[in-house]
Parts: sequence; C-alpha cells; structure tokens
Amino acid sequence: MTTASLDPSGAVAAPTAPPGADPETKRRARREGWKRRLPLMPAFIFVVIMTQLPFLATIFISFSNWTAFSGNKGFAGLDNFKTVFQDSDARSAVITTIELTVLVVLISLVFGIGIALLLDRTFRGRGIVRTMMIAPFLIVPEAAALVWKHALFNVQSGLFNGLITQFYNWFGLKNPPQPDWITSHPLGTIVTALVWQWTPFMMLIMLAGLQGRPMDIIEAAQVDGANTWQIFTKMTLPHMRRYIELAGLLGAIYIVQNFEYVYTITSGGQNTANLPYYIQQTFFAGTGEYGVASAAGVVVVIGTIIIATFALRTVLSVLKEES
Amino acid sequence: MAAAVVNRSAGQNKRAGGLLSAAAWVIAVLFIIPILWMVLTAFHQENDAAKNPPAFFAPLSTSGFSDFWAAKPIPPMLNSLTASLVSTLFVLCLALPAAYALSIKPVRKWTDVMFFFLSTKFMPIVAGLLPLYLVAKNTGLLGNVWSLVLIYTSMNLPIAVWMLRSFLAEMPIEILEASQVDGAGFFTQMYKIVIPLVMPGLASAALICFIFSWNELLLANTLGGNTAQTAPVFLTGFVTSQGLFLAKVCAAAVAISLPVLAAGFAAQDKLVQGLSLGAVK
Repeated sequence: MTTASLDPSGAVAAPTAPPGADPETKRRARREGWKRRLPLMPAFIFVVIMTQLPFLATIFISFSNWTAFSGNKGFAGLDNFKTVFQDSDARSAVITTIELTVLVVLISLVFGIGIALLLDRTFRGRGIVRTMMIAPFLIVPEAAALVWKHALFNVQSGLFNGLITQFYNWFGLKNPPQPDWITSHPLGTIVTALVWQWTPFMMLIMLAGLQGRPMDIIEAAQVDGANTWQIFTKMTLPHMRRYIELAGLLGAIYIVQNFEYVYTITSGGQNTANLPYYIQQTFFAGTGEYGVASAAGVVVVIGTIIIATFALRTVLSVLKEES
Repeated sequence: MAAAVVNRSAGQNKRAGGLLSAAAWVIAVLFIIPILWMVLTAFHQENDAAKNPPAFFAPLSTSGFSDFWAAKPIPPMLNSLTASLVSTLFVLCLALPAAYALSIKPVRKWTDVMFFFLSTKFMPIVAGLLPLYLVAKNTGLLGNVWSLVLIYTSMNLPIAVWMLRSFLAEMPIEILEASQVDGAGFFTQMYKIVIPLVMPGLASAALICFIFSWNELLLANTLGGNTAQTAPVFLTGFVTSQGLFLAKVCAAAVAISLPVLAAGFAAQDKLVQGLSLGAVK
C-alpha cells in the first residue's frame, strides 16, 4: 500500500546534503532530517501497526484452511480465492458495492452542489435552512437506518404509506395503494436513505468551496454580460472541480464501507449485501470460514486499491499544484 | 436605456431570487421530515406511533422515552462517550505533531506520506477485522472499550492529519521563525503558538472524529460485544419483533443522536471549514 515512488517531485524544502559534501555537513543534514521526521513518527507508526499489520495477517490467513471450529490451519493455496470467485454471493456483493457507491456518490454530489448554490445566497432564514440541511449528517446511521426501515418505508407503520392513505381519505377514494417499498425496491431504499444522509456532507464541502470563489472576477464577468448559466459552467464549475473531486473521494471512502444500512434495512436480502456485510457474515455467521472471508477481504482491498489509485491521482495533482 | 435594462433585470432577479429561496426552504423541509417524524413518533404512545393513516395529532406522551430509559441506556451511552472522547483526544495528540511535520517543516516526500495516510482509509476496515478480532480475543481486550478506543484512533487519524495539515499550512511561518529565534523548543512552540492559532481547525477535526466514532457500528458490534456495548449496538437490540415498539425505537434513536446533533449544530461553521479540508485552498 505504499507509494514511495509515485511522486518524485515530493522532495520539498528538506535539506539534503549535496553529493560530495564533507561528512560533517552530511551528518548535520541527516540529524535535521530526523528532527523533522520525529513529530510524524508516532502517528505514522500507530497507523502502520493498526491498519497495515492486520491486513498482512488477513493476507496470511487467506491462504489457510482456518475456520472457527477446525483449528486446522494448513496451507490452502489459492483454494479460498477460487471459492470467493466461484461464490455467486461474493460476486453479487462486489457488484452491489459498486452500484451502491456510484449511485449514492453521484446523486448526493449533484444534490449537494444544487443545494449549496441555493444556500450561497443571502435570504431570510438562510441560517435555519442550513441547520435543517445539516441535520441528516448528524443522525447516528444505525438510528437513521431503523427509522427509515420501520417508521418511513414500512408497509403498515411507515409514514409514506400512511400519507398515501391520508390523501386517499381526503379525496374520499377507496383502496389506497400500499407499496412494500423495501421488498419491491431493496437497493433503492438503501440508496435513498444513504443519499439523504450524505447529501449534507457533500453540501458542506461545496459551501466551503463556493465561499472561496473569486467574486470580483465573477462580478466583472457579469458586467461584461455573461449570463448565469455561462458563469456557472465557465467559472463556478471549474473553480469547484477540486472540491467536487474531494467530496466524491471522501464520500466514496465512507459509502463503500457502509454497513449499518444494509445490515438494518434489508439484512443483505435480495442481492443487497455489500462487501462489508458479506465479509462480516462470512467471518462470524455459520461456520466462520476465516480463510474464505480473508480471501474476500483481500479481493476487496485489491479492488479498492485499483479504483482508489485513479481517484487518488487527482488528489495527488492537487497536492502537487500546492507545492 | 441602459438604466431600464438594469432595472428590469433587477426585478427579474428579485423574482428569481424569491423562487430560489422558496426552493431552498422546500428542499430543507423534505430533508428534515424523516427527523421530525422520528421525534414526533418518539413522543407518541405506542398504539398511536404505528397508525395508518398517521396519527399526527395524537396526544403526546413520554412513554417511549421511559421505555427507552427502562432498557438501561446509561452504560452503553457511557461506553460510546468514553470510546469517542478518548479516541478523539488520542487522534489530536498524534495528528497535530504529524501535521506539523507535514506542513510547517515538511519532511521529504511529504505528499507521499499524505497519500499513504489517505490510502489507509481506502482499505475497508472490514478487511482487517478478523486479525483485530483475534488479537483482541487473545489479549483479553474483547468486550473492552479500550480496544475500541485504539481502533477508532487509527480509523480517524488519517482524516485528522489531512485536516490539520491544511490548517497548519495556512499559518504564517514568520511567527514560528521568530519564536525559534527566541529559543522556543518544539513543545513550547506547539503549546504557545501553534495550538492557539489552529484552534478552529482542531475543533472541526475533533468534531468529525467524534461523529465518526460515536456513529460506528461494525467494529463496536464485533469487538465491543455485550460488555462494552456502545450506543449504536445497544440500538440494534431494540428491534426484536419488526418495529412493534416504534415509539421506543424512535425515542432511542433521538436520544442516541442527540449528543452528535448538539455538537454539530453548535459548531456548524467549523464543520464547513473543516470539511473543506483546506486541501483545495
């Protein structure tokens, strides 16, 4: 997971002794280098121990026959990986994870940009509107998942079907339709709830971006007769590009790992199990196939790294521009 | 002529502006409805909570909350508070020096280090779950809130480093140089200059870390078990028979979300500032 050679221009500011310098200068440069590195070390070492070592162990276990009950830890070769790729549940979990992440990130990004633009103007009650908009991000996901499942989408007790009945009653109509939202659109209900929770996050980043817009240039463009659409596409969007990329990246990181919504709303039924749910189930439910679950974990990480490398390139370019 | 054009467009702008403001209100109301409904249901009696059509004007009651209280929510809330606050404190103690080393006096290849930190967030935590579980089990840390503290620290540290680095990068370097000339060491510098100057950054990083730790379910479920049950895990235990006790579930959801809601509302501006991560400034 290291990227030591990705950015050769990363060497900034730190003094490096020129080749052929006398030993004293070299030693001083080295000492200075360590002095700079020292404050970084506790955090760096801690993260390596807590995130990289467990993953190394996961790789190791993925080649073993270990299950919760067998105690047999013999070498399994690539059998576990074969099992993962042949397991239709695992394949479906991969596809679900991609669908879920892409849909939620894209929809909440578009909503986030739109709402941020609406909130970037002065109007009465703007503070209240912003506070209302932020609220979904601050609800504990498990609490939100329970409320979406039982108090909103539920066939009998949910608000949505309740409102349909109410409208039918008002107009004296009989037999209001009572759709079973979760059964008929399992993935759709999860996406809806996730978009609801993550749009505020996107909006907050977009607001921060909009506040950093060079207003003088935009006003100059207005004076020169540019219309709202032109200003949006030619000036606002290019300025917002980095913020959009950043929001998409961070949103993807957290949405890929979402566990609560799948666990609570559908319990992974009807092809809605995503990878975190699938792996958790393989580990701790049934036979506890440690080897197979670890292989699935390794596959997840490889897949994520491939996607992440593309995404992180953009972030890296941001850092480069800065330095 | 020119004045007329300006006038007309000003009038149009006003009308358009009114529409846009109305749109903002409508969207905000749509987004808040699930939360309002959750709160209203929490204050209904059980037999009114699950009515179809909804019993909007049913008499209010606190029975949902007393049912929630009867389930003994204090231990899990305290576990959550410990795990979130202590891990947030650890994160700040580790992230601030790291951010210093990545911005004020950048180490060589600091972009690679930043990249590494972010890349650890890309490894779904679930991929390291089994080893973490086994280590915790064999060291007796399973069902112990301190194993959660450690893991939440590692979970939030990369994001905190990112946020704090960008705040430190905006600090005027001259102040630090001046203090160095005056003979201030690393810790004096931190304590006297850096921390006061990046207080808004620290606050927003702390808020984000607190929110993500308080909300976490998967690790808490796996490693906390029953003895170190956190609030979200406690909440999952409320659904025994398909939302039969909707008022109680909603009351619990409200109560458990309250600390984060309060902190988030109180520090909205810092949240906006912090989430931009300054990385793009």
